[in-house]
Amino acid sequence: MKFRLIAFVGSLAALAQAVLAAGFDYGLQPQAVAPDVYVFVGKTEDFDTKNGGNIVNTGFIVGPDGIVVIDTGPSRRYGEQMRQAIARVSSKPIALVINTHHHPDHFLGNQAFADVPIGALAAARQGIVADGNAFAENLYRMSGDWMSGTEVVAPNRTLQAGDLMAGGRRLRLVALDGHTGADLVVVDSASGVVFAGDLAFNDRAPTTPHADVGHWRQALTVLEALTRQPGFTALVPGHGAVTRDGAPLARTRAWLDWLTASLRAAARDGLDMNDVLARPLPPAFADLPVAASEYRRSVGHLYPAFEVEALGAGR
Amino acid sequence: MKYPLTIVAIALAALMPPAEAAALQEVGDPLASARWEDMRRQFLNGQSVVFDPRVKVVAPSTAENPMQVPVTVDASGLPGVQEVVVFADFNPIVEVLRFFPQASPAYLGFRIKLQQSSPVRAAVRTADGVWHVGGSWVNTVGGGCTAPSAAAASPEWQKRLNEVSGRQWTEGPNAGRLRLRIVHPMDTGLVAGTPAFFLEEITLRDETGLALMRVRPAEPVAENPIFTLLRSGQGAIEASGRDNNGNTFTARIAP
Repeated sequence: MKFRLIAFVGSLAALAQAVLAAGFDYGLQPQAVAPDVYVFVGKTEDFDTKNGGNIVNTGFIVGPDGIVVIDTGPSRRYGEQMRQAIARVSSKPIALVINTHHHPDHFLGNQAFADVPIGALAAARQGIVADGNAFAENLYRMSGDWMSGTEVVAPNRTLQAGDLMAGGRRLRLVALDGHTGADLVVVDSASGVVFAGDLAFNDRAPTTPHADVGHWRQALTVLEALTRQPGFTALVPGHGAVTRDGAPLARTRAWLDWLTASLRAAARDGLDMNDVLARPLPPAFADLPVAASEYRRSVGHLYPAFEVEALGAGR
Repeated sequence: MKYPLTIVAIALAALMPPAEAAALQEVGDPLASARWEDMRRQFLNGQSVVFDPRVKVVAPSTAENPMQVPVTVDASGLPGVQEVVVFADFNPIVEVLRFFPQASPAYLGFRIKLQQSSPVRAAVRTADGVWHVGGSWVNTVGGGCTAPSAAAASPEWQKRLNEVSGRQWTEGPNAGRLRLRIVHPMDTGLVAGTPAFFLEEITLRDETGLALMRVRPAEPVAENPIFTLLRSGQGAIEASGRDNNGNTFTARIAP
């Protein structure tokens, strides 16, 4: 009985929230970062029922013959509102949608672009097919009714590293990995804007559910080189503000370096996972948005491997 | 409604600091779980039970990975601990493990699989026959007991089954600590086509053959179990055990 009562009160609260969020308007405003290059900058928060999952950066490039869309956000609604916002900037057709990697906040808006080519790296395509529904379920749990009607539309084109003409615009695709098994960086040659996907986080703690930190650090080195090339104008991180320099790369690296060094030392010192979870963040990261929750998640993802390393080979 | 404490609780309270004594209670589950009475009947039927703050169950309030939820049970503040039963009220397989701290403190760290958000509890039986209960709620996305083990995706584990790695810490803040990892899929039997296959007995002895602790894991212990213990004494430790299919292991962990 008690549980029914709790469930009833819970659904009342959910209803109240739904009324407050009536219309489910993400309020997407394109921010021009270069001529013909726009970014929708999300909040540096975790998914919840207030932000509806608008915690991610997406963008688009208006080429001479058509538009290239980079990532589609966390829900059907986000994708639809994004497409409407794009149409207010340009009436050109969408030439190509790119999903930078297989995380749900970057592809669950694909439904709104089901009539145009959607491309991703081969491993990202496989990841979306294999895990997309489970990811979507999790976002329904965290973002609630903002997600309603959202279903997985997997990419239908495989992209490869190298130059690609799309919408009459020359894009340089750089295939990296580390945040996930396949992270695609898109460089718009005409504007010098680098879309780094989730290899770069700016003023928000990085997420690591599918990370290979060693590879991620190598990918950051490649990205750092891109930001030093002549013609570079802006870095679009997967989360957080757009910058005119490579600062988010250094911040992402600093977090990953601290995280791995401290977890490795903890495992060598004989700490149990609960001991590691209880440790406070160092002052350098204490004020970083979502640092405490991402630290806890990362301990879960990464600590077991450091334990194996510290305990040595089996006998 | 407030019930008076029974004679057992009054006797216990007399031996405890006032703040802890105030937290002793015999009725009214502090975790307010609808399953508590079932748990009490299943594990502690007809016996004296107190909720006791000296039984510490440390677990994250929100667990990122329902297949690897860290749990640390520390009842080392209780004298005369004979047996500790760990269970999760809302798991499809409720009993997680039992351990018998023989010549070591009543302290054990391990990881478990949770099927949904649940209290995780430890009931600690002391020499006088009283069960002392502590616990904490863990929120999780769930599915930990019915998701296939990582081993199910690769035959590699068969070559390494029951492989033990471990280490003792003899100096620094964690001196006296032992950590032990055993390669085992710990299949719950709740995944279609995969029968239950889990470690069910682990014994730790020192060099003289003295039993330090006996652990009886059940299906909800996480894949490739990793245990953290505190030991008294010195020297190498021998870990031995077997799974429910009769596969055995023995390993020596030098200090």
